[in-house]
Amino acid sequence: MARIGVCIEVEEGVARDANRGVITAAAEGGNEVYALVSSGDPAALRGALEPYGVRTIIRVVAPATDLAKHPDLEAQALVNALRSYDLRGLMAPGTIQSNDRLARIAALLQAPLALDCMAIDVSRLVVMKSYFAGRSLASIRLGGTPWLCSLRPNAVEARLAPAQASVETFEAALRSEDSQMEILETRKSAGKSVNITEAMIVITGGRPFDSEEKFRLLHECAEALGAAVGASRAVVDAGHAPHAMQIGQTGKTVSPRLYIGCGISGSVQHYAGMKGSQVIVGINADKDAPIFQKCDYGLVGDLFQIVPALTAALKSR
Amino acid sequence: MRIYVCVKHVPDTGAYIALTGKTSYDESVKFVINPFDEYGVEQAVRTVEQRGEGEVVIVTVGKDAAEAAIRSALALGAHRGILVRTGQAFLDSGQTSRALQKAIEMDGRPDLVLMGRQSADVEGMQTPYRLAAALGMPVATNVVSIDIRKDRAIVEREMEDGSREVMEMTMPCVVGTTKGINEPRSPRLVEMIKAKNKEIRRIDITDLSVEDSATGAELVELTRPPERSRAVMLQGDPQEMAVELVRQLRQSRVL
Repeated sequence: MARIGVCIEVEEGVARDANRGVITAAAEGGNEVYALVSSGDPAALRGALEPYGVRTIIRVVAPATDLAKHPDLEAQALVNALRSYDLRGLMAPGTIQSNDRLARIAALLQAPLALDCMAIDVSRLVVMKSYFAGRSLASIRLGGTPWLCSLRPNAVEARLAPAQASVETFEAALRSEDSQMEILETRKSAGKSVNITEAMIVITGGRPFDSEEKFRLLHECAEALGAAVGASRAVVDAGHAPHAMQIGQTGKTVSPRLYIGCGISGSVQHYAGMKGSQVIVGINADKDAPIFQKCDYGLVGDLFQIVPALTAALKSR
Repeated sequence: MRIYVCVKHVPDTGAYIALTGKTSYDESVKFVINPFDEYGVEQAVRTVEQRGEGEVVIVTVGKDAAEAAIRSALALGAHRGILVRTGQAFLDSGQTSRALQKAIEMDGRPDLVLMGRQSADVEGMQTPYRLAAALGMPVATNVVSIDIRKDRAIVEREMEDGSREVMEMTMPCVVGTTKGINEPRSPRLVEMIKAKNKEIRRIDITDLSVEDSATGAELVELTRPPERSRAVMLQGDPQEMAVELVRQLRQSRVL
């Protein structure tokens, strides 16, 4: 039974859903989970953390500076807290922000680190990662203490394990002058903010979706599904969707319960971004499209008839 | 201004990767310069072109064949390269970063260090951070914009929802580039010919003494992901297929 830290990712004061599966994974085998919070109000986060088994929340602060503005200082403060609490391992959700956080900490400690893992065996300290854009799976042993690992969202199902958590404060004696970087601002994207990486259902448009009207058909279907909308690289490169919607090797990786690819050919590069989906549906006018070798359900036909038909079928009972 | 760009020689992701042993694969497949690193090379060359002065030096840790990645970068306009030779297909990130740091510091004084945010083979996403720690420099990755002021760099990182985190760093710094920062040029024939005569210095990794920098992460086994069983191809007109799909997804509790 070891002490494992989970760096809680907080977005606008709320703990992201992706933290939950990480807490479950960390607690495996009776480990004591220490939730490390370096931004946001820990007392307010209790409600999101206690149901999954967190008994100790450590609020990490540096009185003389704002850790939220200095990622390098934040990492040092977390290193100091890890040492102070004698944490054996550190975990986090595999998001851009948390991967960055863990990488900084691992670099300071020269500790073993595996990011975006699809599975973890905490007792043997072996993780599973994708290699070669998902062509291979790599089992990696984290042979060092402390070890660090981030989990792909939805990789581990969160399990309820209600507990009561105490909140402690850890103060790091760090100053702004010690930092080499500062976050000046976060510029929100114009239009609706899109985060597809945590969605449980994703519907994606490929090359044939080359206009706003055509994309509207997808959005209507998405609404009926309760899905997030993604796009292939071709669509993004043609300017019909923002890069934030791109799924694939140079875009996002999604692991939803259901993935529907409309006009998606199933190229290796795109597949790399969604092959972890539980159920894959391919809809394409080309019966020879590679996607049909890699999906669970295939529909061959006119996309612009099938997608609206799907919307209608979902809406009827 | 001297910009070092770290590039990796990786299998083309379109290639079929045949596993040949517990931790080995058939390396006779087509290899390319890591796509994420290409953005770094382009950014470095553009920066030097815009300033009218400077040097872009490519640094690679890899097998002898990795020289091809350096030549590709030289054909994009980089000036010279350094190959740190290793016999290993997979090298610990701590050792890779230490080798890059030593090779860079032996060579000259860096003003900026660029590399891709991750490699297309092992997708470790950590070498930029370890390298920065070894060099004593600040680091930011997933960067889609770099604005170099006198002794500061203003970078923009793209976040999941499309928003951008704007960060200021002291120079010299390490930046991990990603898609969106620029559009890499296609090398012209004249540049490819010139690249053949540009200098590539070779160092053996054993001469750099990086054994102590190993992190302890160890590749235990490579396996093929389970294939999906044959797809259920739905029949009928669009309405019939749609209704049947919804029925099946609801029945299996996916929806």
